[in-house]
Formats: sequence, structure tokens, C-alpha cells
Amino acid sequence: MFKLWATILKDIRILTRDKVGIALMFGMPILLVIIVTSIQNSTFQLLNKNKITLLLCNRDTGKISQEFIQAVDSIGMFKLVQISKDLNEKCITDQMHTNDALLAIVIPTDFSVQTDAKAKIITSKALNSFGLEADKIDSSAGNVGPLTLYYKPVLQESFRRSIQGAIYSALQLIQSKQVLRSLYISINEKTLPQSLEDELINNKISINEVPVSKDNSKTIPNATQHNVPAWTIFAMFFVVISLGASIVREKLSGSFVRLKTLPTSYFVSLLSKQITYLLVTMLQAAIIFAIGIYLFPKIGLPALNLPSDILGLICVSLVCGWCAVSYAMCIGVFAHTQEQANGFGAISIVILAAIGGLMVPGFAMPESFRTIMKLSPLHWALQAYYGLFLEGGKLKDVLVNIIPLLSITVFLQAITILGLKAKKLI
Amino acid sequence: MKALAVNIRDLDFNYSGQPTPFFSNFNLKIAEGERFGLFGPNGAGKTTLMNLMTGLLSFNNGSIKLLGNEIKNHKKSINTLFGFVPQDFSFYPELSPQENLEFFGAWAGLNKNEIKIKTLELLEILDLTKVKNKPVQKFSGGMKRKVNLAIGVIHNPKILFLDEPTVGVDVQTRHAIINYLKALNQNGTTLIYTSHQLSEAEGLCEKIALMDEGKIIAHDDLNILLDKHKQDGLEGLFLNLTGKKIRDLNV
Repeated sequence: MFKLWATILKDIRILTRDKVGIALMFGMPILLVIIVTSIQNSTFQLLNKNKITLLLCNRDTGKISQEFIQAVDSIGMFKLVQISKDLNEKCITDQMHTNDALLAIVIPTDFSVQTDAKAKIITSKALNSFGLEADKIDSSAGNVGPLTLYYKPVLQESFRRSIQGAIYSALQLIQSKQVLRSLYISINEKTLPQSLEDELINNKISINEVPVSKDNSKTIPNATQHNVPAWTIFAMFFVVISLGASIVREKLSGSFVRLKTLPTSYFVSLLSKQITYLLVTMLQAAIIFAIGIYLFPKIGLPALNLPSDILGLICVSLVCGWCAVSYAMCIGVFAHTQEQANGFGAISIVILAAIGGLMVPGFAMPESFRTIMKLSPLHWALQAYYGLFLEGGKLKDVLVNIIPLLSITVFLQAITILGLKAKKLI
Repeated sequence: MKALAVNIRDLDFNYSGQPTPFFSNFNLKIAEGERFGLFGPNGAGKTTLMNLMTGLLSFNNGSIKLLGNEIKNHKKSINTLFGFVPQDFSFYPELSPQENLEFFGAWAGLNKNEIKIKTLELLEILDLTKVKNKPVQKFSGGMKRKVNLAIGVIHNPKILFLDEPTVGVDVQTRHAIINYLKALNQNGTTLIYTSHQLSEAEGLCEKIALMDEGKIIAHDDLNILLDKHKQDGLEGLFLNLTGKKIRDLNV
């Protein structure tokens, strides 16, 4: 026990004197979690609070295009800026750059006339199908020229599609209104009263959003709840840079020769490294969580809400930390140089994070990746944390994620021991 | 007759991938309490033999006994009998001499109290007390050599293997180290020493073995060998027996 304690003390002393290693293990992940959460939070605010500038080039002179513009405005996502109807495509794109607008929309000439004509055709068809007499309409006049949407390529596809969806719903609304008005006039030979139109069209059914959680808490997930657990895992696995290199350094140094001539097994050194770096990973988690709880609200980010099951949180963090340490040891044992350990270690963690769903959510991945994802320990760690942080689960609920994580850890430990034996290091 | 500190019998060893054996039927006896020097040109097999005697390399056939204990059978427990001072610095440069001694003392099997006493004693003898809390990486080559030596002797080994313990140090430090080694030997420690500093070796070693190409070509008291080959010093004896051909090219 004294030998182990002396070895832990030695490892802690060496670790605390490695300023670059400490910066990599603590500074970088903290910076990462703050930056990524801030970016994601501002994206969230862009969608929900800040408005996107939308340039409007209305070449139509009718009333329906004005109603369409009102409908787009009422979506609440856009800050509408009207530009001259005579601008050509080149001028519109120039205007987008001048106004720092991500989007521009062009309403074609005769949009109102064509929309009205289409409504009349639909009305006529409807009346005919009801068995009522309708005015004769030229059905060939029923095509409305398309709206043109210009967008800057920086706009992500998912974001662009949600904008398109919003514009389509505005378009749908004014087309429905027009059909309704036309139908009313054809039947009642008078215009549709505003009150009735409001009741028929604007009386939307509201949607109640309810986050589903295991503890029935109504906490709404936000960028902090998503990012802090994810980047904590990333930070834990990033100990590969320090621990992997430390093992390689020890292997290559004369001190390893001396250790081999002393009456103590190298297992003591490995056990010491595991305990020391497990403490490091726990400290990383505690610091990042504390930043989420106390610092984030002070810099305008949503505060981190810790799960109700603190024991579960500690268990998941311990297993995740142990897995990260085992991975780092494995790299350290097999790498021949520090460059190999650092390069392979860092790149493999980024890859495991990507396929593990830390960068792109698992549900958004192609089917083939969802199988590969299960090989990444970061995936199981993330699922376990999400089970606690987002779904309000308890330890028993995330056991299904902890068991695969433990299995991967045991596998990595076995590989490490085999590697040590193959290299005659033990 | 003195008991044997080292007894190597019919040793066969070859590096993996090498078709010819490095050592074949190799025999060597070193008595307890001797100051024994192992010399030879580069590639003669001195370091390989040291590594075999300290268990850093494992051999195919034969036997190596340290103080009567077969090293193949005892493995780790036998390591308490000897200390090793490798040519390369074998410590943690980020740590101070005191921290290094505390750690290696624990690994050598000493308890906390023994480590404390021995650390203070070694720091004092080797004139490292003033710098005991400074990281070794900031030390001069000579001071690093002293730390390297101190770690090898912290557990009072009965046999001390020294591979070029004074390489790259100034005259004063060399004197200090050699005097300390002689003092250790007077207290009963067998010294097994290898170096290219032949003038230094003359002052330290009573008995020597000259090696070349994995074989012992001479083994006796230094004075007897000098008389036998009509040489004034070890360097002349060395050149007389091993020739003037530079060996590094053959390695």
C-alpha cells in the first residue's frame, strides 16, 4: 500500500509540474464548452429571439402579395426589408451583402392576379363537385409563377428548410384565404365578413410543448444541458494527451529500466496512473459542471441543472473517467513515441466523439453509422449523461448505458495487459 | 574461499532475429566484496552482460546466480539484493533528488522511516542537501550523475552494478563518486563496474575481466594481468589484448 501511495504521490507531482498538460486537460475543454455552448445558444436565440433579415422584392402590385407579406411578417422570424421592385438578380444579391441579409425573396409580377385566378378555379371545381352551378373559368389560368428565395450559402440546410417551411405556411395561408373568399362570394354573392374570416382562418389550434422526462420534471432542454455533459466526456477522454504521453515517456526513459530492476511490479505504476488520472477526470467533471452552474448565468448562458440523482451522476462520471483512463493507457502502451501517442490519441478521440454523437446527434446520423456509433465509448457515456441530465433518469435507468461502457473499459484493460506482456514490460 | 556474489555458468544468449548467439557457454565468477571491473571495446557485450545479470534481459540456457540465488527462479524478490546504476539517467527529471529518492526507496522495499534516514544520509554524502528540493532537470551533468548513483544505493544493496557511472562529469565529481564507491565496498558491497575511463578504473578495480565479441579474453587481479602482459597500465593492457581496430563499425 505504501508503494502505491508513493507512486501516486510521484505521479501527482509530475502531473502538477506539467503546465502544458494541465492546460490541455483543463483549459482547453473549459474553453471548448464555453465557446460551443455560446454558439449553440446564440443559434437558438437567432431562431427564437433575434430576427433574420429578409429582403423583399415585391414586383406584384396587387392586394394578395401585401397579405402574403403580412403573413410572413406575422411568423415573427424575420425582419422584413422592402427593396425596389425593379432590381435584377445581381442587384438583389448586392443588396443582400449591403444589408447583411441571409435571405431575399422575390414576389413575381401578377402574383395577386394569378393567386386569385387559381382560387377561382378551385372554387369552381369545388362548387361543381357539390352539384352547384359555377361560373365558367379558364382552367389553364391556374398556375401561379414561383416565388424566388435567395439565400447565403452559410445558411445551414436544416435552418434553410425550416425557413422554407415557414414561408410555405404563409403562402398556404393566403391561398386558403383566397379560396375561402372566392367560395363565399360564389355562394352568398357578397364578400366574406372579416370576423368570419378570422374565425375560419386565423383561429389556429395551439401546440403545447411538453418535454418528456423520467422524473416528470418540466425542465426545458437548452444548449447548456446538451453541451456540458457532451464536452465533459470529451475533456475526460482528452487525458489521452497527458497520460498516453506520460506512459510513453516513462517507457523510453531510463527510469523505466530502473523500475524493472526493483522488487516491485509495474502493475503498481499502472494502478497508480489509473487512480491519479481518474482523480483528474473527476476534477475535470466537477470544474466543468461548476462552470455550467455558476459561471454560465453570469455570461448570459442558461445555467446547468444537475440531475436529481447525484449518486447516478457520480457513478456515470466514474465509469466514464475509468474508460477514458483505460483508453489512454492502451494508447500509451502501444505507442512507440510521444508523437504517436499524442497524434493518434487526439485524432482518435475526435473521431470517436464524432461517431459517438457528440458533434452530430445520433438520430441525425445515417443508419450505417448508428451501428458503428455503438463501438464508441463516448456514445455510451453521452447516452448515460443524457439519461440523467435531459430525461431525469436515475442510476437504474442508465445502467443500460453503463454496462456497455464498463465492457469497453474491461476490454481496453485486457488489451493493455496483453500489450505489456507482448512487449515484455511486465 | 570467499562466497560468490555472481556465478554465471554455461550461459547462452542471443538477441531475437540474430542468427549467431551473442554469448555461448559463457562463464564468470565474481567473489563477494570484490571491486570488479568489466572492460572491452564497444559491442564486446559489457552492457548486455549487465542487463542479463540484472534481469533486464532473459537468457536461453545456463544459469546466473546472485549470492547463490538463481535469478530465473526468484524474479522480483532477488532485486532487493542488488542495485543498478545505468549509464542513462534513470530518474524523473521533473522531481527533486529528495522526491526521486522517496519514490525509488519505496519501490526498493524500504519503509517510510528507512527512506527518510537513508535519503538524508545520501544527500549529505553526495553533497546534494542544498539542492534537495530543486527539480533534477535543472542540474548539471555531474549532479545528475550523483542523483543517479544515490537512487541505485538507497536500499543498501549487497551487489552494485555500475554502467559508466562517471561519464561526462568533472574531475571533482568523479573523485567524489569514486571515493563514495570505495566506502560502500569497505562496508561489504560488491561493485561490478564497467567504464571506458580506464585510468579511473585502475584506481577503483582490484580484479578485472576483459571482454571482446561476447567472450572473456582475460580475467584476473589487475596487477597480475599487468605483470603477465608486461604493461604499465590498463590502457596498454586493453590495447594489447583487444587490438587497435575500431569496433563501432562492426556493431
